[in-house]
Amino acid sequence: MPRKRNFSIIAHIDHGKSTLADRLIQHAGLVTEREFRDQLLDSMDLERERGITIKSHTLTLPYTGKNGLEYELNLIDTPGHVDFSYEVSRALASCEGVLLLVDAAQGVEAQTIANLYMAMEHDLAIVPVINKIDLPSADVERVREQIEADLGLDPDKAILCSAKEGIGITDVFEAVVHEVPPPAIRSDAPLSALVFDANYDPFRGAIVSCRVFQGTLKPGDMIRFMSNDAVYKVEEVGVFRLLREPRKVLEAGSVGYVICGLKTVADTKIGDTITLDSNPVDSPLPGFREVKPVVFSSIYPIASDDYPALKDALEKYKLNDAALVYQKDSSAALGQGFRCGFLGLLHLDIVQARLEREFGQSIIMTAPSVRFRFTLEDGSELVVDNPQYYPDPTTVKTGWEPYIRAQIFIPERYVGAVMKLCMERRGVDSRMSYPTPGRLEVIFDMPLAEVVFDFYDRLKSITQGYGSFDYDIIDYRESDLVKLDILVNGEKVDALSMIVHRDRAREMGVRACDRLKEEIPRQQFKIAIQGAIGGKIISRSTIAPFRKDVTAKCYGGDITRKRKLLEKQKKGKKRMKMVGSVEIPQSAFVAVLKSDNE
Amino acid sequence: MSSDSSLPGLYVHVPFCRSKCRYCGFYSRTDLRGVPRWLEALETEARLYEDFPGPFDSLYVGGGTPSVLSPDRLGRLISSLAERFDFREDSEITLEANPDDLSLELLRECRSLGFNRISIGIQSLNDDELRFLGRRHDGEQGKRALSWARRAGFRRIGVDLIYGLPGQPFSRWLRTLRAISAFQPDHVSCYQLTVEEGTVFHKMEREGGIRLGGEEEQRDFFLGTSRFLEKAGFIHYEVSNFAAEELCRSRHNVKYWSHVSYLGLGPSAHSFHQDRRWWNASSLDGYCRWVEEGRKPVDGEEVLSEEQKRLEALYLGFRTREGVPLKALENDADWREAVRNLQRSGLILVQGERVVSTRKGWAVADGLPLCF
Repeated sequence: MPRKRNFSIIAHIDHGKSTLADRLIQHAGLVTEREFRDQLLDSMDLERERGITIKSHTLTLPYTGKNGLEYELNLIDTPGHVDFSYEVSRALASCEGVLLLVDAAQGVEAQTIANLYMAMEHDLAIVPVINKIDLPSADVERVREQIEADLGLDPDKAILCSAKEGIGITDVFEAVVHEVPPPAIRSDAPLSALVFDANYDPFRGAIVSCRVFQGTLKPGDMIRFMSNDAVYKVEEVGVFRLLREPRKVLEAGSVGYVICGLKTVADTKIGDTITLDSNPVDSPLPGFREVKPVVFSSIYPIASDDYPALKDALEKYKLNDAALVYQKDSSAALGQGFRCGFLGLLHLDIVQARLEREFGQSIIMTAPSVRFRFTLEDGSELVVDNPQYYPDPTTVKTGWEPYIRAQIFIPERYVGAVMKLCMERRGVDSRMSYPTPGRLEVIFDMPLAEVVFDFYDRLKSITQGYGSFDYDIIDYRESDLVKLDILVNGEKVDALSMIVHRDRAREMGVRACDRLKEEIPRQQFKIAIQGAIGGKIISRSTIAPFRKDVTAKCYGGDITRKRKLLEKQKKGKKRMKMVGSVEIPQSAFVAVLKSDNE
Repeated sequence: MSSDSSLPGLYVHVPFCRSKCRYCGFYSRTDLRGVPRWLEALETEARLYEDFPGPFDSLYVGGGTPSVLSPDRLGRLISSLAERFDFREDSEITLEANPDDLSLELLRECRSLGFNRISIGIQSLNDDELRFLGRRHDGEQGKRALSWARRAGFRRIGVDLIYGLPGQPFSRWLRTLRAISAFQPDHVSCYQLTVEEGTVFHKMEREGGIRLGGEEEQRDFFLGTSRFLEKAGFIHYEVSNFAAEELCRSRHNVKYWSHVSYLGLGPSAHSFHQDRRWWNASSLDGYCRWVEEGRKPVDGEEVLSEEQKRLEALYLGFRTREGVPLKALENDADWREAVRNLQRSGLILVQGERVVSTRKGWAVADGLPLCF
């Protein structure tokens, strides 16, 4: 039986993770040169565009070592964004080692460090790989020094490669074989397998990716998902090549898939433990967490006729994204739609983009909100994640908002800017420590609402990309919350309302008005935008109308030309929502929350 | 002679000029040796359209610069067209002309050929401006051409003017306008300078050599022009066109704006008939070759859908004094609210069953159809 190794590749964006993965796939003979496409693993267009992995993919690579032995190397890909850090942690929990990829020209960057810490927490073997050594700007010696000084790893163990040019790929394979420890084999023990991913197949339902820690998993087994004690019969097990390859059995130490009649990926939970119904393990694998949405936003079709199509698209989308939750919603301004819950803003962006591209929907998403709580005068409690349902302020006794504990790693020189940013975002109880010299860990407790929107972007920008950020939701804290309404030409647009802390209301109101002024294109008439709290106007801006747009001549040849131009403009307007008679572009609904200095 | 008619109009494109003006994007050549071949081809093309349903009640000989043609050739053109097509007796027959080509003699000959309307490219009466535009005449020649035209017996004289030149003070533009309106032509077209692709100005603009005024300034010129000419007694009947009386409107041009049929002959000419619009090859050589091969020199065509016709009717209607029927604005969105907003902003007036642009509305007429 081939020897197994289970590993992940972790890297900063653009340091060549996908290219390396593709090279490994090619080298393992899973594809021929002719079939070789760039960046096989990041198969979704969106991922290519953003250069990040959204949905992880797993592959089993056959490899014959220089020692002549046969190996089965399981490459577990990980998503690369803070919204998905839980998924990353489950993927890493399925590995014994990681390749830590560093760009030979760029050197060690913030995200590398955050990922490294996560790998260290899981006690994984870490193999530094210096990639892109073919670049003229490559500085291998400097990167070696960083690996020693910043990462505390042995620089002599670093593998040099160029995934793009195919240099050093065998060395990478050999390092996986020799540096990543083999999995412990306890085939006799009761089954215990970790679910780290699930994908939807239209014919087979959910394809559950798992790592078998002990026992065996085979077709016909009655298995139990320990989080909810649901029992299913295994139809098929196997490993991932470019396509699924069925196997008779998955033994302890294996990484592969199981198909067991789950209809959608929502029927599984990442981090769950699979065991045998007849011979269960005593306790599930550690680290399981229910993934809960933290950001809420409503989705509306731009044309109200498209509501049924949107409903259909969401149902289909949901088959492959267990993290998205949604329910019906309606708005005076936007009509019928859905209130959706997301893991974070990247997740929201992804859902929006995929609904548009893969499902052909033209949609509007409203400004994201977190889930607030209100204790009312009569003692009852109200949960509000949609500003539309903000309670009558006279009935509210106390408002509560979710707080997170933010963990930020930065080079020491950015401490001032980061402290300032966190204070602006109502951060409290700051603590600092130096995990390695020159590198600072900053802990802050902050309202989630201040973080969900663009905190991570701002952090990256003020730290030139060196800041890394992770957070845990810790508790709800008392908060003086008000509802900020936005009026367009005197008409309240419910979909633009937001719940904000009273101290921040004016600033948010001014910002929203400024933002909308930028987002809403000039029209034939003047547009007034106002921010209001409980009927009191706190901010305003005006969009001046066109003064002159008419062209002088319109004879024979001009008529078609001008009509075509108008047709094009009209088409552009289809991407906007008419609110009253004002056209509000899709982007405006989310932009109201964006801060100015981007 | 009424200017509203549902009879078709005939346009002839004379693709020749003595020199190219720096703002003009219309197709023309400066090598006049091509004239005989063009005239031959045009006569052939006219034959190919003999079945175009008439009668016509307007002929517009434009260009280019039709006045570069000798009276003989103009005569031959008119008689060939008269032979091929049926013209109503009271047809409006317009010649486009440049002041530097005109003499009292030539104008008299044109009158006797049957031209009853002349549209003269005066553009400006200021010599510096004329030079800047790349015109061959000066202000004096312009004025002289106008008085000769009247002496030659043209009662219908149209004056083309261009304003909004970079750095042009409004007062200087007013001097031209004042002098022109004192002459009392029956028609004035005032075109705000735009930079067309393929022109010298286009190149200059890209290289930063000229910059047109800002939106506010352009609007002020436009509104000021309209106010001045209306005060002088003209009817502002289309964004760029002014007529001394209702009857003085350009019957031919009104057809373009109201989906009335027209047949265009000559390179780059456009035609429209029964929802179909087609256009000729715009190169002189290509045009001639096709015609010489006995085929219509049509380079492209489109058949308007109902939606396209509606859009054209809206945008063309909003440019005219007649406006559009209120009913034409109905759509499945909140069109009444849009009407109210545009009314409140002073851009349109609802007059019974019709909606018309105000002067302010005309300044932004291109955007109005987008509101519906």
